[in-house]
Amino acid sequence: MLDFIIRRLIAIIPVLTVVAVFVFLMLRLTPGDPAAVIAGDNATSDQIADIRTKLGLDEPIWTQFVIWISNILQGNFGESFFFKKTVAELIAQRVEPTLALAICTLVIAVTVAVPMGVLAAYRHGSLLDRIVMGFSVLGFSVPVFVIGYCLIYVFAIELGWLPVQGYIRIGVSFWGFLERMILPSITLAVIFVALIARMTRASVLEVLNEDYIRTARAKGLSNRVELMRHALRNAAVPILTVIGLGIAGLIGGAVVTESVYGLPGLGRLTVEAVLSRDFPTIQTVILLFSVVYVVINLLIDISYTLFDPRIRY
Amino acid sequence: MFDFRKSAAAIVAAASLGGLLGISPAEAQTLKVVMHSDVKILDPIWTTAYIQRNHGYMVWDTLFAMDEKFDVKPQMVDKYTVSPDNLTWTFTLRDGLEWHDGKPVTAEDCVASIKRWAARDSMGQKMMGSVANLEVVDAKTFKMNMKEPYGLVLQSLGKPSSNVPFMMPKKTAETDPMQQIKIEDVIGSGPFIFKADEWKPGEKIVYVKNTKYKPRSEPANGLSGGKVVKLDKVEWIAMPDVQTQVAAIQNGEIDMIESPGHDLLPLLSKDKNIKLVNYNPTGNQYVFRFNSTAKPFDNAKIRHAVFVAFAQEDFLKATIGDPTYFKVCKAPFVCGTPLATDAGMADVLNGNAAKAKQLLTEAGYDGTPIVLMHSTDLQVLTNLAPVAKSQMERAGFKVDMVSMDWQTLVARRVKKDPPNAGGWHAFLTSWVAADILNPVMAGFFNASCDKAMFGWPCDATIEKFRDQFAKETDPVKQKQIVEDLQKYWVDHPTHINVGQWYAPIARRTNIDGNLTAPVPVFWNVTKK
Repeated sequence: MLDFIIRRLIAIIPVLTVVAVFVFLMLRLTPGDPAAVIAGDNATSDQIADIRTKLGLDEPIWTQFVIWISNILQGNFGESFFFKKTVAELIAQRVEPTLALAICTLVIAVTVAVPMGVLAAYRHGSLLDRIVMGFSVLGFSVPVFVIGYCLIYVFAIELGWLPVQGYIRIGVSFWGFLERMILPSITLAVIFVALIARMTRASVLEVLNEDYIRTARAKGLSNRVELMRHALRNAAVPILTVIGLGIAGLIGGAVVTESVYGLPGLGRLTVEAVLSRDFPTIQTVILLFSVVYVVINLLIDISYTLFDPRIRY
Repeated sequence: MFDFRKSAAAIVAAASLGGLLGISPAEAQTLKVVMHSDVKILDPIWTTAYIQRNHGYMVWDTLFAMDEKFDVKPQMVDKYTVSPDNLTWTFTLRDGLEWHDGKPVTAEDCVASIKRWAARDSMGQKMMGSVANLEVVDAKTFKMNMKEPYGLVLQSLGKPSSNVPFMMPKKTAETDPMQQIKIEDVIGSGPFIFKADEWKPGEKIVYVKNTKYKPRSEPANGLSGGKVVKLDKVEWIAMPDVQTQVAAIQNGEIDMIESPGHDLLPLLSKDKNIKLVNYNPTGNQYVFRFNSTAKPFDNAKIRHAVFVAFAQEDFLKATIGDPTYFKVCKAPFVCGTPLATDAGMADVLNGNAAKAKQLLTEAGYDGTPIVLMHSTDLQVLTNLAPVAKSQMERAGFKVDMVSMDWQTLVARRVKKDPPNAGGWHAFLTSWVAADILNPVMAGFFNASCDKAMFGWPCDATIEKFRDQFAKETDPVKQKQIVEDLQKYWVDHPTHINVGQWYAPIARRTNIDGNLTAPVPVFWNVTKK
């Protein structure tokens, strides 16, 4: 197992190298000039050229790349072109809302979707099954921002139960944090509930047709024990795989959700950085997302061993 | 009989309840505003972006300021004199001016600030071309010794919009003009204090009332007069989604939106708790900018043909829609301002396609496709390029409209490459009226070839008029120069003004006191 973890961690290096080269080149090759953005509308060409020189953007592209990579290897992720702050500081300020949103979303998604999927499989072909599948199709089809606006209209504007937007850090006020997390988490969770419920239903349905389940029933086990101990546990591996793959979707969904609900998280930082061509920030955030994605999938792989003893690394 | 224990218990209970609910007395005086953009850069001299200008007005003060009628009035300056030969200007600062760190504002600070501003601002550069030196006389007095009379000294020092000559401490003002000032140097002498510890980029920027600020005794008028702060705290909340902004103001979570989209104004106007207020009656001006170096726009007659082909109302209807918020105005220096005139404009902007076609034939237009850059992500600009394309095609132009996001356009417009190889022929943008009040201030009138703004017009006659205007000290003669310039410019256009438009703020009905000014400022604003 330790060998496996070390091998996977080492494999992160080429993955990040490819991501770094790709992101760096994409940013330099796409149109847009951070110096022109910084200088503003009234700036002259000379002023823009001066700013470009100060930012080092007049250097050859490979020189810029070597400087960036060597700084990263020394733990220096650079300074934002716009804020007089290091990228590390900016990310540190923005990580809490995104982390909170991701955790709340996953908790809601798993708590709601797994029972939904199990019940749909158990009552295969029933009205409940059709409702769950109908919800899944709807969850996949409706864009995140539409769900967000609908929830805001109903729960914030019409009912006045929850605030429209904003974020309060958990250390400042737990209730403030919670009431501002409910709508964004539900909004982002809808697509995950749809995805996980569908996968859970399919996996559990497959397991329910296995011989050992029939044997378990013949032994007179209760439905709960049959479903939880035998069916769900054996169906867990594909469900975990879907959750792992869903992390990428979660990152993408966070970008939209954070914009709709005014959450100052990494998703919005990414959008702002892309729109203003803040190269150091975009590069670092995307590298960070890549690391998170790889590490979470490693954890998912490791967790397989907990549910299926046959899996050994 | 007064029961002290019962009253004390009631007060404690009320305070506890307030605490539990998160209500504090100070919150009633905190104004929460969504501005048109998040503040990323803290140095209003380093960039010309409007959000930094607005931030500048919170923290720093100016020597002079413009009132509602565009007259320049002393602000930090107590009195000033000019010698009979117009070669020596002497400025004396007001008593009691103090930086936010408690140090006094000195003449040395102001001299250093003027120099840094002038290194970045085109109007400042023009003025400094006529300045022999800036001389500190004593702690409160400095002189500006001129090489030659210059007619725009006060207009330059009282320039209302980007870049505004904000006064900074000498140490800050000595920062390289090409570098941003540091966050710890965001110290001004203005009516609000920047709270560095509460600034969270992408979330909010916070200003508190400068309790030591001594406002002028005159009532507030435009950007001039007494800057009396009636709030304890102002928070600019970063909220990029316009639909969320509207929901938040309807829900009372924010007090004001600086720039709600025009398509959302009908929704906001129906809400009895929200009022739309046009604080900037001169508004903004849409502009079609030529690349005067690229064929066929290097030919003035072909540029003039575009002027003849265009009709403003089509542009305004397509972008703004509601006539309440636009005005057909031929005056390039903006209707409602002292230099507004229609001189020379009778035959242009009438949508005369036949005449334009005839001019194109006479000019020998060879059918070169016009590369028209079309920005698609800024709602107030998106529909301009398709209208321009349609009107130009009716006149006989071939137009290749290239769609892109605004930042791509911003990057491309500084390129002098051939239009079919990454360059451009034309694009449309918008100016705040306060930026284009005279031919020196209005950047698109600068026709000094490579030193001009993108588009790089090269026209010695226009430059001669601009110099004459700058050096003329008599306002009547200045107006005559503007009329002469305008008559010449119509035939040799550097750009075309395609209409004036307005953007109201949306505020909750318990908010009042927004001043009529070209910039949204927060002194005088009250919250009930």
